[in-house]
Amino acid sequence: MDDSKGIITGTVYVLDNNIDTDLIIPACYLNLVPTIPEEYRKLGSYALSGLPSSYPRFIKEGQSVSEYSIIVAGKNFGCGSSREHAVTALAAAGIKAVIAESYARIFFRNAVATGELYPMESEQVLVDSFKMGMQAEINVSAGTVTNLSENSVFKLKPLGAVGPVVEAGGIFGYARSTGMIRKK
Amino acid sequence: MTQTITEKILAKAAGKDEVRPNENIWVMANILLTHDVCGPGTIEVFKREFGADAKVWDHEKVIIIPDHYIFTKDEKAQRNVNSLRTFVKEQGLKWFYDPGTPQYKGVCHVALPQEGHVRPGEVIFGTDSHTCTHGALGAFATGIGNTDAGFVMGTGKLLIKVPQTLRFNLNGKLPDYITGKDIILRIIGDIGVDGANYCAMEFCGEAIQQLSVEERMTICNMAIEAGGKNGIIEPDNKTIEYVKSKTQKPFSVITGDSNAKVAREYNYDVSSFLPCVAEPHLPSKYATAGSRQDIKLDRAYIGSCTGGKISDFIMAAKILNGRKVRIDTFLVPATVEVENGLKTEKIGGKSLVDIFADAGCFEIAPPSCAACLGGPIDTFGRTSGKEVVISTTNRNFVGRMGSKDAPIYLASPLTAAASAIEGKITDPRKYM
Ligand code: SF4
Repeated sequence: MDDSKGIITGTVYVLDNNIDTDLIIPACYLNLVPTIPEEYRKLGSYALSGLPSSYPRFIKEGQSVSEYSIIVAGKNFGCGSSREHAVTALAAAGIKAVIAESYARIFFRNAVATGELYPMESEQVLVDSFKMGMQAEINVSAGTVTNLSENSVFKLKPLGAVGPVVEAGGIFGYARSTGMIRKK
Repeated sequence: MTQTITEKILAKAAGKDEVRPNENIWVMANILLTHDVCGPGTIEVFKREFGADAKVWDHEKVIIIPDHYIFTKDEKAQRNVNSLRTFVKEQGLKWFYDPGTPQYKGVCHVALPQEGHVRPGEVIFGTDSHTCTHGALGAFATGIGNTDAGFVMGTGKLLIKVPQTLRFNLNGKLPDYITGKDIILRIIGDIGVDGANYCAMEFCGEAIQQLSVEERMTICNMAIEAGGKNGIIEPDNKTIEYVKSKTQKPFSVITGDSNAKVAREYNYDVSSFLPCVAEPHLPSKYATAGSRQDIKLDRAYIGSCTGGKISDFIMAAKILNGRKVRIDTFLVPATVEVENGLKTEKIGGKSLVDIFADAGCFEIAPPSCAACLGGPIDTFGRTSGKEVVISTTNRNFVGRMGSKDAPIYLASPLTAAASAIEGKITDPRKYM
């Protein structure tokens, strides 16, 4: 995690329920390998390109990163494939955190294991409380998200058992800090 | 304490007497499965974290089955398979089913049990969400991402949360027009695409016992479409016979306690089930085939890990024998073994290959995932416009088979074949 204080501020992109991994990164881009820096950036440039055209563009024409850095979504975010490319593509496009009502298991796990973005869960339905392009501030340790555009505060669920893994920067950092594997 | 089959397998893999749902435990893997789409990234994570010269935890337990982007001119896809080849050599991995060689198999989830790598009571991690297929043989099997897989590659272990169990009791006499696909689509339709999120889906009852091992695989394959962590079926004689016909390796069957506590129980009488489809764009959009006869189709697709096994093609051939398809019909066997079976399996003395050719289907494609997940532009069967597709695959998300504008109806091989004959969604009972 790049923000040690756990404060994330940015512009919000709002999504529905059941945003699947084919919408997040269509399968034709799975020939890209996330660990190769150039292809990591490319994956970012295709993030959410599977969305129907009823959504505003997530990444502006000619740009490779998004102006949005926080996603607010409904239920079952990231359902479908185990492709870690989905987490990677969002992170590479500049997303720092997702706030969803709930997650599909593997997406959540990949976000935690890679430490690429904060997968936060909201206490209540938030997709009606944020409009596309509004400003938000997440305070991870306080467990809140503030709608800066309307000055309203909402509670987030605590990260719970995965908190220490997220704080350690992912599964490798966690396993090293607990002596499960050798320090590098 | 009583425990479910999932809890018992995980307890054993964690070296404990018992585990409880929601407990976080380190478990030892018996198998790590990967393929051409997630293998290269997994290998890079492994090297980054354990060093360029590191060795995998067990060279007999990392199994690599390239299957996704095989018959394509796409250079990056070819590069990815090459990087797997290099890694296999470096590491001396025992199991690699290399495309373009006699070892090539095809779709990993059909190849893995077929080659004897799936054994009851074991723990299988795979870099593919449909790894849950292998619970059909009484194993704990689940899909993971590249980073977790890189971790398993180096250590053989993974930190996981013990899932709660949802138990599905499927009772009654199974009608011959009801397939594994109809059963699982009905269940997903009832509980929704997140109805089993983070949970184990345990399938039991007399209807499950009536099903072949391959049909059970179809059911467990789609546990992920309800958000399940794993699908699982207790081994019976059919399972044991199947596994013994594939491998000499010893295994020990684990069964659950019949009075083990589960989070929820669901009871079904399968004799009331009807042939069905899942409408666009979610596997949970259940509708009976008979109620959707006004939906005109452009294409039928029979293939994938969930609908491209030999038993799937036998079902389709029974419907198509002596009849003609009215729409473009694509056939993609999951593995080389299935492809060969199409030549050797016969109905009334006629091979499946001949039945399909006479029915007017396209020439059978070489085994791979093909258009099940869209893939590179030159992928066999990939949609490119507004084609309305009926497919035996497992996902009908927007754009899943290539084009965002091509709606996909999921169905059993019986329903897909009957629909191909009429060019619209059709209840297969009409042709049985
Ligand atoms: S056949 Fe389809 S669902 Fe199965 S592994 Fe291949 S892409 Fe995935």
